[in-house]
Amino acid sequence: MNPELGQVALILAVVLAALQCVLPIIGAWRGSKPLMATASTLAIGQFVFVALAFGILMWAFWTNDFSVAYVAQNSNLALPWFYKLSAVWGAHEGSLLLWMLILNSWTLALVALGGKLPQAFFSRVIGVLGFVAFGFLLYMITTSNPFLRLLPAPVNGADLNPVLQDPGLVFHPPLLYMGYVGFSVAFAFAIAALLGGELKSTWVRWSRPWTNAAWGFLTVGIVAGSAWAYYELGWGGWWFWDPVENASFMPWLIGAALIHAQAITDKRDGLRAWTLLLSIFAFAFSLLGTFLVRSGLLTSVHAFAFAPSRGIFILVYLAVVVGGSLLLYALRAPKVSGGKTFALASRETMMVIGNLMLTVACAMVLLGTLYPLVGEALNIGRISVGPPYFGPLFLILMTPLVLALPFGPLSRWGKADLKVWRRALIRIVALVVIAGIVAFALGARGWYQLLGVSAATWVMAGVVLFAIKRWREAPRGHKYPFEMLGMMLAHFGIGVFIAGAILTRSMSVEQDVSMRSGGNVAVGSYDFHFNGVTETQGPNYQAQQGTVVITRNGRQVVTLHPQKRTYSGGQVQTEAAIQAGVFRDLYVSLGDPIGDGAWSLRVYNKPFVRWIWGGGVLMMLGGFAVVLDKRFRLKRAVEPETARAEPKPELPRKLAEGEA
Amino acid sequence: MKRLLALALLAFALTLSVNAFAIDPLPFQNTAQRDRFQHLTRELRCMVCQDESLLASNADFAKQLRRQIFDMMQQGKSDREIKDWLVARYSTFILYDPPLAPATLALWFGTPAIALAGVIVVIVLLRRRTRPASTIAEEPGDDW
Amino acid sequence: MNEVARRPGGRFVPLAIFAALVVFFVIGLVWNQTHDARFVPSPLIDKPAPAFRLPRLENPTQFVTKADMLGKPYLINVFASWCFACGDEHPVLMAYRDKFGIPLIGYDYKDAPQDARAWLQRHGDPYHEVITDQSGDTAINFGVYGAPETYLIDAKGIIRYKHIGPLTPEVIAKDLEPKIHALAQEGT
Repeated sequence: MNPELGQVALILAVVLAALQCVLPIIGAWRGSKPLMATASTLAIGQFVFVALAFGILMWAFWTNDFSVAYVAQNSNLALPWFYKLSAVWGAHEGSLLLWMLILNSWTLALVALGGKLPQAFFSRVIGVLGFVAFGFLLYMITTSNPFLRLLPAPVNGADLNPVLQDPGLVFHPPLLYMGYVGFSVAFAFAIAALLGGELKSTWVRWSRPWTNAAWGFLTVGIVAGSAWAYYELGWGGWWFWDPVENASFMPWLIGAALIHAQAITDKRDGLRAWTLLLSIFAFAFSLLGTFLVRSGLLTSVHAFAFAPSRGIFILVYLAVVVGGSLLLYALRAPKVSGGKTFALASRETMMVIGNLMLTVACAMVLLGTLYPLVGEALNIGRISVGPPYFGPLFLILMTPLVLALPFGPLSRWGKADLKVWRRALIRIVALVVIAGIVAFALGARGWYQLLGVSAATWVMAGVVLFAIKRWREAPRGHKYPFEMLGMMLAHFGIGVFIAGAILTRSMSVEQDVSMRSGGNVAVGSYDFHFNGVTETQGPNYQAQQGTVVITRNGRQVVTLHPQKRTYSGGQVQTEAAIQAGVFRDLYVSLGDPIGDGAWSLRVYNKPFVRWIWGGGVLMMLGGFAVVLDKRFRLKRAVEPETARAEPKPELPRKLAEGEA
Repeated sequence: MKRLLALALLAFALTLSVNAFAIDPLPFQNTAQRDRFQHLTRELRCMVCQDESLLASNADFAKQLRRQIFDMMQQGKSDREIKDWLVARYSTFILYDPPLAPATLALWFGTPAIALAGVIVVIVLLRRRTRPASTIAEEPGDDW
Repeated sequence: MNEVARRPGGRFVPLAIFAALVVFFVIGLVWNQTHDARFVPSPLIDKPAPAFRLPRLENPTQFVTKADMLGKPYLINVFASWCFACGDEHPVLMAYRDKFGIPLIGYDYKDAPQDARAWLQRHGDPYHEVITDQSGDTAINFGVYGAPETYLIDAKGIIRYKHIGPLTPEVIAKDLEPKIHALAQEGT
């Protein structure tokens, strides 16, 4: 297939995107049904052309068409087929195309599932998404065309960056972009509400499943990235507060805040303006991340190769999209604060505290990430801001949130129920004390370790108590609606994550050693025996492969084969060997020969490291579970006026009082 | 376009140096010293591979500084003294933990200031929106 | 429902914050165009150069010290035979060595002496004197973290200027020569 066809497809997609952002919005404004009806058609058309372009690029990789410059730079004849396909998004241009394809997929999903939304509102939403797509497509064809030719075509390609030759690359970017771009839906709903001057906040309920789904994807995307760094960068770390990691973490924090703000707006009609603002911010931070990664503005491991024009274009785009939205917000957001009033010790207050801490944490990350720029801009010297800044501050900011976390679900909407709180507090504290004693008996020493166990138990006990309370009080069939199940999964995931993060940090043993064949080293209760290095051959690399036998109390646990690969392009990449376990990972990396037949090796024992990602996966499942809730099923073409009249199941009064 | 390509390839070449990370066995006297060394060098920035810590970087420069830091530890120098020694030569850019100075006031006090502003907004909101529990009407239905 | 009217001005706060951010980004992009992020200003400017005692490349039994160099300003140019960018810089040094008006000292950084000698023989020797630092330990005291780097040291042994990366005719005309002239004006 001809790569120029891909270019043509992109140009057609731009035209359709331009129409998609103009026609449906005019239609909604004028009340013209035929114009509004173009929304779905245009969105589908755009999807088809972008998918076509994506397929053509993939085909170029598949067929080793090195006359396409992008393929020549990022592929190689010897590259395994799955990396050839994932190399499509291995660098700037192709990853933008993936970004676009995902945006179009979300739009398509909305077309498929949102047909019962009021037509004018739906048209505005599709129009806003069309505008987002238009900017990105224009960016792609003017500065980052993946279909440029390289003539004469080289015989072989330069090969994909070896760091990216990992299953992580196959999953991490698509999942992450699903999250980033997924926030465009909540964004489009908010802008459509502002454009249409929606008086009621019914739109928030329509928007909630999309926000939860996007946040779930973003969570698992970050988890995949973290695991990738752990496996592939070989430092055994899972989070580095690198600017690009921060760029993905900021929308995650805002997304988490938005999920809760939306719940309040949906159910209590409160925080209407705040929900609008967070909807804009979640997507704004996604765009900001894209800008930071692709403008070369910040020094980072992950930064793409940059050209000045690209940075300027995204900045202008960011300014137009976010600036325009915030201006619209300033002019049209509700002028009155509304919603039901509530008692101080109610669920609303807990959620507001959570929102506050998440938002401030996001501001803290933003400040630290951008501060080096401030130093440069004001000419006061170069400044580094790194883990010692972010880590402790984040811990401090999350403390009130973690403390409040069990009491959000255990509280009631609007009303205070101090009796329930008191009872829950006593039980949670008791469980924390028991967990602390058990941990101490198992050998946990040091305040940091005990703190980790306590905090994790605090959160998990809160969820368990809530589950028991619901089980005892709620009638059959209404015990755990999906929305609540999602909350429980995600909150429990936070507890698991806390345990993993803090215990890994406080209990890990890492050691660089030099060993000759036959040598051994003790790491905790494990013995690592080194049985030398042999040569092996991979598809597109040569490797030196070490053999390390790990024993515990004389019994063999596992044999690991860490590699040091030299790829066809001459790049050297270490491939750690890891034995994963629920309670600990054993990790070996092979370094260099250091004379006399000795090699340098890095050996780790990393307890509880899997819990970090396990917690993340639970949070993701939580986000996805919420989507399934009946509450969000659109029954018929609801008009804004009638949408709130959804009948609630009538429950006994005793239940409403929330007796424990 | 040529220039663009050259730039892209250059950036590519630069990232390559990142890939191999440091495995650098040093003869520590005991685990406490090893932990202290890892903790210290993790909080220092490599001047050559600027996106890596001194602990992680495989650059020759990082290796040499690790040796220097190791030697200073054997001489009984404190973390503070070692950091001062490095800052005198390479400026505070080498610290991932920027010290409090006029240039970093906004960095260190920014977050507390934002948090304070947030707390004030929330207090105002709660004062406006909350009512004593007794005045709030009971609502039927599942409290979820 | 209890509706409370709000001051509409507050609605512009997010927009104002965002506008300030965009201004910073513009400054950042401009800064990026005019600076190389890898170059970090030295804290040693206007401070005494570290004491050093390094062997001469031509005759390793003879040493050059900081004290030997006091009394007249001089340039130290950090180079190495393995350094790619030093090859780019080399012709510039050849062209300017006699135009600086002060001695240009080559500082052979983490290099085998025979490699450095071969390199200078092949390309030509722009230096009035070459000293060698095989371990690179002294270089750390100078704050060297790559090559090439160039230091201007005055008659009292104070570092007056440092350039990171290859010297170019533009850098020499714009930064280095004015500094050398200023030193000459001071007349020591």
